[in-house]
Amino acid sequence: MTDNTTRDFDPVDFELSSWSEAFPFDRRDFLKTLGAGIFVFVTLGDLAVAGEQGGRSYPDDINAYLRIGEDGRVTIFSGKIEMGQGVMTSLAQMAAEDLQVPFGAIDMVMGDTDQCPWDMGTFGSMSTRFFGPALRAAAAEAREVLLGLAAEHLEAPRNRMRAHEGVAYMDSDRSKRVTYAELTRGRQITRVLGEEAVQKSVAEFTVMGKSFTRLDATEKVTGSAEFAGDIRLPGMLYAKMVRPPSHDATLRTVDTSAAAAMPGITVVEDDGLIAVLHEDPEMAEQALGRVRADWDRPESDLDEESIFDHLVNEYTDGRASDVRGDLARGEQESSMLFEETYLDGYVAHAPMEPHTSTAQIENGKATVWASTQTPFPDQSQVARALGFSEEDVRIITPYVGGGFGGKTGGLQNIEAAKLAQVTGRPVQVAWSRAEEFFYDSFRPASVIKIKSGVDGNGRIHLWDYHVYAAGTRGADQHYDAPHNSITSYGGWMGGGASPHPFAVGAWRAPGANTNIFAKESQIDIMAAALKVDPLEFRLKNTSDERLIGVLKVVADAFGWQAGAAPGGRGQGLACGLDAGTYVAHMAEVEVDERTGAIKVNRIVCAQDMGVVVNPDGAKMQMEGCITMGLGYTLTEDIRFRGGEVLDLNFDTYEIPRFSGLPEIETILVKNDLVTPQGGGEPAIISIGALVANAIFDAVGVRLFQLPMTPARVRDALARRGE
Amino acid sequence: MRETIEFTLNGEPVSLDTDGDRILLWVLRTDLELTGTKYGCGIGLCGSCTVLVDGEAERSCALPLRAVRGREVVTIEGLAGGEVLHPLQEEFAERGALQCGYCTPGMLMNAAGLLNGNPHPSREEIVDGMEGNLCRCGAHKRIIEAIDAASKRM
Ligand code: FES
Ligand code: FES
Repeated sequence: MTDNTTRDFDPVDFELSSWSEAFPFDRRDFLKTLGAGIFVFVTLGDLAVAGEQGGRSYPDDINAYLRIGEDGRVTIFSGKIEMGQGVMTSLAQMAAEDLQVPFGAIDMVMGDTDQCPWDMGTFGSMSTRFFGPALRAAAAEAREVLLGLAAEHLEAPRNRMRAHEGVAYMDSDRSKRVTYAELTRGRQITRVLGEEAVQKSVAEFTVMGKSFTRLDATEKVTGSAEFAGDIRLPGMLYAKMVRPPSHDATLRTVDTSAAAAMPGITVVEDDGLIAVLHEDPEMAEQALGRVRADWDRPESDLDEESIFDHLVNEYTDGRASDVRGDLARGEQESSMLFEETYLDGYVAHAPMEPHTSTAQIENGKATVWASTQTPFPDQSQVARALGFSEEDVRIITPYVGGGFGGKTGGLQNIEAAKLAQVTGRPVQVAWSRAEEFFYDSFRPASVIKIKSGVDGNGRIHLWDYHVYAAGTRGADQHYDAPHNSITSYGGWMGGGASPHPFAVGAWRAPGANTNIFAKESQIDIMAAALKVDPLEFRLKNTSDERLIGVLKVVADAFGWQAGAAPGGRGQGLACGLDAGTYVAHMAEVEVDERTGAIKVNRIVCAQDMGVVVNPDGAKMQMEGCITMGLGYTLTEDIRFRGGEVLDLNFDTYEIPRFSGLPEIETILVKNDLVTPQGGGEPAIISIGALVANAIFDAVGVRLFQLPMTPARVRDALARRGE
Repeated sequence: MRETIEFTLNGEPVSLDTDGDRILLWVLRTDLELTGTKYGCGIGLCGSCTVLVDGEAERSCALPLRAVRGREVVTIEGLAGGEVLHPLQEEFAERGALQCGYCTPGMLMNAAGLLNGNPHPSREEIVDGMEGNLCRCGAHKRIIEAIDAASKRM
C-alpha cells in the first residue's frame, strides 16, 4: 500500500450498507491502511460461480479489488497466481481496457493472502472466465467514478466526458483535460458494487483482443523472476526429509545419530516428520544419507499392467448421467454395434519447478512463500498445522514454475512451516525431483468401455459409455445420439476409499484427455466400419454449431483429404469441448512399422474460445497444450509396484523434447457472441485420439491404450489382420 | 577439504574459500545468491541449471566447483550486457518463448552456448543442440523460433 498517512482524505463516495459485515476490519482503520486513491471492490453475488465460492475472512464477499494510486498507476489485487498460463498479462489487459489506461500503467499483485481477495485456486481454466468479469466490472466502475470527478473538476457536463490512456477529457474540446493521477491525488474514494457496471463491448476494445508482450517476460529472461526456492532469508536452513520407499510402507526404526553428529546439522523428529537441516543444502542432503531408517512394506503385485482390472473390480457403483432414450431399444435398432475398451495409465505433472516452500515465523506470524496454485486453502492448512489463526499466516505466491493441477496439495508448505516453528529459524523445503515424482498426485489410470451403434443411415443410434476413475469431464455427449447414457465409476480425485496405490488428482483438464481419447477413437471406429470419411461422419452426427465451426475451420487450414480411413495418408482428426471452449485438431503422422515409432509431423488446431482477450497468449497456451499432450499420448506412463513409484526422474519418465515437436499451427475462430472462455486446457484434450486416429489411417491398426509406445504399436501391427 | 577457488563470474573475479567438491549449482544459488540458475533434476537430465563455462554450455548440477577454477563462468544474470539484453533474451521475451519461465534461464544459456559454437545454426541444428533441455510448459516451438531469430541478428 502507498503511504499517505498524513494526507487529509475525503471519502466522497461510499456505498456499502453492510460494511462491517463484509470487512473484518474497523472501517476507519481499513480506510487508513488503504491510503489515497480510488478503490473499487466488486462482489459477484449470484454471478459467483459454483465452486468458486466458499470465501472467508478477507472481505468474503469481495471478488475483485483494484486501486488507482496518486501516481496514476493501477494495482490489481487478485488471488489468482501466475504459473505460465499468462493470466497476469490477460487480467492486466482486461483492467486496462475498461479503465482506459495504458497497459503499461498496470501492476499486478497476485496470490498474496494478506493483500488479495480470497480465491479458491487457479485451476479449471477459470481465471479469465470467472475472475475476469469481476475485474472488468471493477475497472469499469472506477472509470465512471473518475469521469464524474473529471466533470466536476473541469466544470463540464458529465455526459461529455471521455477517457483515453489515463486522461479524462471533454469530447468537444480536448484541451479540457485532467489525468487520473491528478483526480485521485489527496483523496480517498471507495466503491463497493455489484457486477452490473457497464463494460465496453467487443467492438470498442482497444486493449483486449490485442497481443502484448507478457508482463512477466523481462524478469523471466533475465533470471530475476523469483520462485519460492529463490527466497533467501538470514539464518535460513535447508531441510531434507526422510521419505518412505513406498506409499504403503510404515516406519519400523530410525536412527538419526550419525546425521546429528555432523557439524551444523539440526535434526527434527516431530509427529512423523523426520528432517535434517543445514545452512547448506548439500550438507543437509549428505546428512540425510546418514539417516538409517527401516521400513515395513506389504507385498503387492499391483502394477501398471494389473491396475486396470483392479480399478474395474474395485469400482462397482456407477452413476449414470445424460440418460436419453432406451439403451436396449437403441441396441436392437442399431444396424452395426461396436464394443471397445480403452486404457490409460498414470501420468505425472512433472513441472520443471518441484514443489517448494520457504517459511519464516516472526512475532507469532508465519509467512510462507509457496509454489502453489491454491494460496488461500494453503493458508488454512498451514494455520491448522501450526495451531495459528488464519490471520497469522500469510501465503505469498511468487512465480510458480508450472502447475498443471499438481500444485494444489501444499504438503511442502506444512513441512516448511512446521520446521520453521520447531527450529525457530527460516526454513526452505525444496523437493528433489524424486520427491516430486513420489508425492505427485498423478492423473489416474482409467478404463473406459463403450458400446455404440449406428443405424442404417449412418447416424449414431446408441451410446452406452462407462468410465472408471476418470470422471465425466470430456465425456459429455456432443454428438446427437438418441439412446445415450454415460456412467461414471469413481472420479479423477480418487476419493475416500481410493483404489489407487498413491495420490491422484487434477491433471490439466482432469479426465478429459482420457475421455476424449476413448470417445473420439470410438467415433472413428464407427466411421471406418461405415467406410465414411471421419470428418463427414462427425459433421453428420452433430448439430452443435460451435463444434461444426471449429471442424470446418481446421479442415480447411489443414487441407483434409476426404475419404474413409485407413487411407494410407496418416491423417487424423479429433475434437471436443472443455471449459466452455471448442477445439478441433488434425494431424499428420508417420509410423515406422519396423520399430513401432510414431512421428507426428504436423498438428493444426482450431479453437473457439469466445471473445479472445490476448490472441498471442491464447496461441501460446494452445501450442503448450499440443506439445505437452504428445507426452501422455506417446511416452508418459508411471511405472510402479504397489505404492512404490519406479519412475523418479527424467531418464525413465520421458516428457516431450524438441525432436518430437511437430509443425504446429493454431487458429482462433472468431466468436464475439460468447464471453471469454477457458484457454489453458482445452487444446490438450484431443491429442491422444488425434494421434490414434492418424495411426489408424496410416497403417490400419487401432491402439486402445495410452501411451502409444513403440512396443504397443509393434504389438498392434503384429496382430493386424487377425 | 577447504581450498581457495578463484574464477571469473559474469565478468568479475570471485574467490571462494570452501570445499571444492561442492556442486557449482548450489554454490551459485546459496553462497553467491545468484538464484537465476535453476534446479530441475539434479543429475544432468533437464538443462535447467545450464551455465556457460568458457563459452560452452555446461550443467552446473554436475560440475564440482573445483572444475571451474581459473575459468570464466557466465550465468543468466550475466547474459545481458548491463541494461542491454542479449538478442536471445529479447527474442525470447518478444516471441513469448516462455511460459512459467522456470526452464528459461537454462534454455537461454544453452542457446547462448549453441550460438557460440555455431553462430547460424539450421533448424535441425537448433533442435539437436536444445534436445537435452526440458520444458514442461511446451514453449518449444517459440524457443526454436526465438533462437533462430536471435542468430540472424547476431
Ligand atoms: S538440474 Fe542440472 S540438468 Fe537438471
Ligand atoms: S516455460 Fe515452463 S518449463 Fe519451460
